[in-house]
Amino acid sequence: MLKTLGAQIKEFKLPSILTPLMMIGEVIMEMMIPLLMASIIDKGVEAGDMGHILRVGGLMLGTALLGLLFGSLGGVFGAKASTGFARNLRKAMFENIQTFSFANIDKYSTAGLVTRLTTDVTNLQMAYQMILRMFVRAPMSLIIAMCMSFYISKDLAGVYLGAVAFLSVALILIMTRVSGYFREVFKKYDDLNASVQENVSAIRVVKAYVREDYERDKFRKASENVYRMFIRAEKIITLNGPIMQGTVYTCILLISWLGAKMIVQGSLTTGELMSLLAYCMNILMSLMMMSMIFVMVAMSSASAQRITEVLNEKSTLTNPENPDFEIPDGSVDFDHVNFRYRAESSSNVLKDINLHIGSGETIGIIGGTGSSKSTLVNLISRLYDVNEGTVRVGGKDVRGYDLDTLRSSVAVVLQKNVLFSGTILENLRWGDKDAAEEECVRAAKLACADEFIRQFPEGYNTHIEQGGTNVSGGQKQRLCIARALLKKPKILILDDSTSAVDTATDARIRRAFREEIPDTTKIIIAQRIASVMDADRILVMQDGEVDAFDTHENLLENNRIYREVYESQMNAGGDFDRPEDSDKAYYDREFDARGGEN
Amino acid sequence: MAEERARTFRGGPGRRQMGPRPKVENPGKLFKRLMGYVFQFYKIPIIVVVFCIVASVLCNAQGTMFMRTLIDGYISPMLVSGSRDFSGLLRAIFRVAGFYAVGVIAAFAQNRIMMYVTQGTLKHVRDDMFDHMEGLPIRYFDTHPHGDIMSNYTNDTDTLRQMISQSIPQFINSGLTVVTVLTCMLVLSVPLTFVSLAMVAVMVFCSGKLAGLSGRFFLAQQRDLAAVNGNIEEIMEGQKVVKVFCHEAEATARFNELNDALFASADSANRFSNMMAPVNAQLGNTSYVVCAIVGGAMALSGFWGFTLGKLASFLTFNRNFAMPINQISMQMNAIVMALAGAERIFALLDEAPEVDEGCVTLVRSRTENGQIVECKERTGHWAWKHPYPSRGTVEYVPMKGRVVFEHVDFSYDGEKTVLHDVSLYAEPGQKIAFVGSTGAGKTTITNLINRFYDIQKGTITYDEQDIKKIKKYDLRRSLGIVLQETNLFTGTVRENIRYGRLDATDEDVVKAAKLANADSFIRRLPQGYDTVLTGNGANLSQGQRQLLAIARAAVADPPVLILDEATSSIDTRTEKIVQDGMDQLMKGRTTFVIAHRLSTVQNSDCIMVLEQGRIIERGSHEQLIEEKGKYYQLYTGNFAE
Repeated sequence: MLKTLGAQIKEFKLPSILTPLMMIGEVIMEMMIPLLMASIIDKGVEAGDMGHILRVGGLMLGTALLGLLFGSLGGVFGAKASTGFARNLRKAMFENIQTFSFANIDKYSTAGLVTRLTTDVTNLQMAYQMILRMFVRAPMSLIIAMCMSFYISKDLAGVYLGAVAFLSVALILIMTRVSGYFREVFKKYDDLNASVQENVSAIRVVKAYVREDYERDKFRKASENVYRMFIRAEKIITLNGPIMQGTVYTCILLISWLGAKMIVQGSLTTGELMSLLAYCMNILMSLMMMSMIFVMVAMSSASAQRITEVLNEKSTLTNPENPDFEIPDGSVDFDHVNFRYRAESSSNVLKDINLHIGSGETIGIIGGTGSSKSTLVNLISRLYDVNEGTVRVGGKDVRGYDLDTLRSSVAVVLQKNVLFSGTILENLRWGDKDAAEEECVRAAKLACADEFIRQFPEGYNTHIEQGGTNVSGGQKQRLCIARALLKKPKILILDDSTSAVDTATDARIRRAFREEIPDTTKIIIAQRIASVMDADRILVMQDGEVDAFDTHENLLENNRIYREVYESQMNAGGDFDRPEDSDKAYYDREFDARGGEN
Repeated sequence: MAEERARTFRGGPGRRQMGPRPKVENPGKLFKRLMGYVFQFYKIPIIVVVFCIVASVLCNAQGTMFMRTLIDGYISPMLVSGSRDFSGLLRAIFRVAGFYAVGVIAAFAQNRIMMYVTQGTLKHVRDDMFDHMEGLPIRYFDTHPHGDIMSNYTNDTDTLRQMISQSIPQFINSGLTVVTVLTCMLVLSVPLTFVSLAMVAVMVFCSGKLAGLSGRFFLAQQRDLAAVNGNIEEIMEGQKVVKVFCHEAEATARFNELNDALFASADSANRFSNMMAPVNAQLGNTSYVVCAIVGGAMALSGFWGFTLGKLASFLTFNRNFAMPINQISMQMNAIVMALAGAERIFALLDEAPEVDEGCVTLVRSRTENGQIVECKERTGHWAWKHPYPSRGTVEYVPMKGRVVFEHVDFSYDGEKTVLHDVSLYAEPGQKIAFVGSTGAGKTTITNLINRFYDIQKGTITYDEQDIKKIKKYDLRRSLGIVLQETNLFTGTVRENIRYGRLDATDEDVVKAAKLANADSFIRRLPQGYDTVLTGNGANLSQGQRQLLAIARAAVADPPVLILDEATSSIDTRTEKIVQDGMDQLMKGRTTFVIAHRLSTVQNSDCIMVLEQGRIIERGSHEQLIEEKGKYYQLYTGNFAE
């Protein structure tokens, strides 16, 4: 883990080394002060030597100035090193995530990746800065102060040694006990907040069932529980203060008593006694600091682990060594294909699929939820690799093609699709970054998107909000289709991509496909039977297997599933229109947008 | 996963970095209100705490003064006289030890009590917020981003914790320390105190300058961080799309640009805040040196009777002087930040709750000798109970389920009318369907029946009585609602279904699940009905969640049902199976159905076609087909283009 993370320091090695060095310099300067102080008092004041006072005073000022210099530089280098480290971490993770295959992405949730790139990096940044600035400084400070004390008086310094030993044990005991408690209480606290979140998003259900009081009771109990656990943990923490203070005071009194005796006996000077007392504070402060570092490092170790995980993740899909850059045509073959999402799982999601789809054919796919329709089409553009068998595009195994070439020729409009913040034109140009505006308009027209785009005051330059929240579901889908069309693919796959588009527009889009891009192989997954009915052939999927693959007429005659779906939908006409915007849509959208944050 | 979600709640330690102070209007009043809130629960503990603080500060000062006593009162005289009698010193040490002990105990007591005060107050705040929030109208949740509501419970309460447990006690402590130390210093030497004060002024000036600089860069950092985080969220959300479009290089380039900008501003912001500590420390040391030189010169010349012992004490005080002053400025920042949080919390607590001016309640009833009588047991019959306080009598009207809208106008924001002159009559046991495109106002109508919103014009009656006269609790209890957006709660499947009726037996739950056709998939779950659902049933499919929501409504057994796209995510074949259960459920109940699938609505008694908030067509399926209007167009998919 440390090796992986350490590798990300890169160009910030110099500040990373300089920071602790500067901190050591600062500590040395700081430690000189009490020593010089003693000299002023003993040799200056007591000897009545004003010259000495001024000389040593000047020396002290110089020391302070150097201390300031070292300290500030330490801060400057520390800031550079830690923020630079954070930048490199983010960059390395982001770049590695870009190489992830779909299987890799599935392994982490979106929220999981976002947390790693944001909160976890911030945690590490703070921990790294703390380590650079304090990890060396605090023990150094402790050691130097200790040495100075021994230098002044071996006998009295023994008191500190005892105090340090006692405090270390006490602090370690407290910290270890408390960290467990706090882990527990924070988990409970998070659960409590999760339940608030749940209530906020489900407020309509709560109110509809008049469960306000029930929820209040539930919350009160949970919050009582959190309160108790916090108290239990903090009770131990509050011991910290008195133990610390008590030790300091005991040291002061012991040193004062023993020191006074020694002064009277002549084995110690007043100045030295005062220096000793000053070092006392230094020693205990650095102990405190060390316990803080300990907590900080422990807290960030979970973050470090999560980041390392992403950095070390290897893509499960790689480009072949001598990739093929030429895709002859848009034919698709499945040859005894078995597929499962996890290699170790026992049951296949796709079972022995054999298919031939000719170039330029229009294929419809229907099947219930969980029948693996999406999985099937995702294999065509090699978003996942098959476990057994082969998938061929243009007659050649997809694993032999250059990935970029394959994915440019096989355009998939994903079921869970997103638009990105930017203008409509910019979004469309994801399909082809060099596309002229006319080409974009043509694609938009094909996808029946042009009509609504023109109604926006700013037309193609309308800004799309993050997540596409300012367009309706049907509009979003049409934009996504247009975006895919701009790739001028040999194979176009629509994965339930017109579900929010009304039936009439849906039909127009299909007509446009038929007329404008006849040579492109079109594979359309849909819930609506009307969307697939006029395809050349229709694939009926059931539990990961091909139930039938035939024309509409034949299926209607021979296939029970198809007939059932057809009857349930067509006898009753089909679907009413879902989307298209109007007044209440504002509230809907607001609501969706918020729901999406959860 | 849960951990990740939760960690974003707390916002991570990054949030508490120093930044520019937020603006709070009328902080004094707010502070008073906050203190009043804390005081109502913890008056005596807080008074005790203040005493503890005073005691510990005084004891500490006593300890520091001891330095002088030690040198001037014992060591120097003994050195001069050569006496070896330490009994006086021993007594002095014991006396100081006594003071120290009192100081330690006082500090301990203060921390302990404050722990209870802080955690207790936070608990009260959370409970009050939640209590109040549950009573707020739906409108509140519509108009406030859920993230903002959440941060009341997380960030705002966290800053409050910081403030109550640390900032305020430390503020008092520092203030008192400054006063006592200053007094002691003045007693020791007036001129030296001025030297020391001058140095403090320089220190305050410098840290103010640095804080200003750093604050400016922190603002820039905040802005850049928001940009980076926004980009991360967006790209991670769309990572699969990025892959499909081979857009990795472009995405990376954009990200690197933002990331580098963040690096630049974060570097500057941290640089200046890192410099704060060494600058203050070395200025403190300089102050020490200056005082040592001036004091040394004074002690040497015996100026104003200044002695070596006094110098020693003074130098210690001088050290103790700078620290609390820095503390005060730091705590001021924290307090202002917490006040901004407190302001938001009070804003939530000040929101006007839903008002319920209704008096008519719904009771279980049976008929005895032709008279309706209220009863406790489930009879399947319900009655409206009208109290007439003036006459002291009660009247029972049988609950039938007749819902009538008359000339209803409605607007969400008071500006844009969403429903225009809607009139409709739902007779008991009828199935009324609403069709039309999104935004036509279908959901709005159902939201008016259960009074999630109140209408501006017209009347809605329920069994001939204005729904405003019915207690909301009873009104909503009489309506079973299945929403398109299915919300489940953390808990077992059984608990989730039982949410519909808390006293439902296990058999009732299973029966309801069977009715909704949910029983078979529930049994296939790892722990069946005891499977724990988290994150809104994240481990279930959307369709399965809808089946659970239907079961939940079924167990409630309400007289009137509202199904808002209740089966939209269930595939057509499964829906057919569920449909039987639904028909079973709807039997004998007035039902309002919103659906986009024709199969769901076509057997309705009356279908209302809505367009832009108006009912444009109404009638049975056959009638509407006959009319060849909008419904016919929708039904056949023939659009006049």
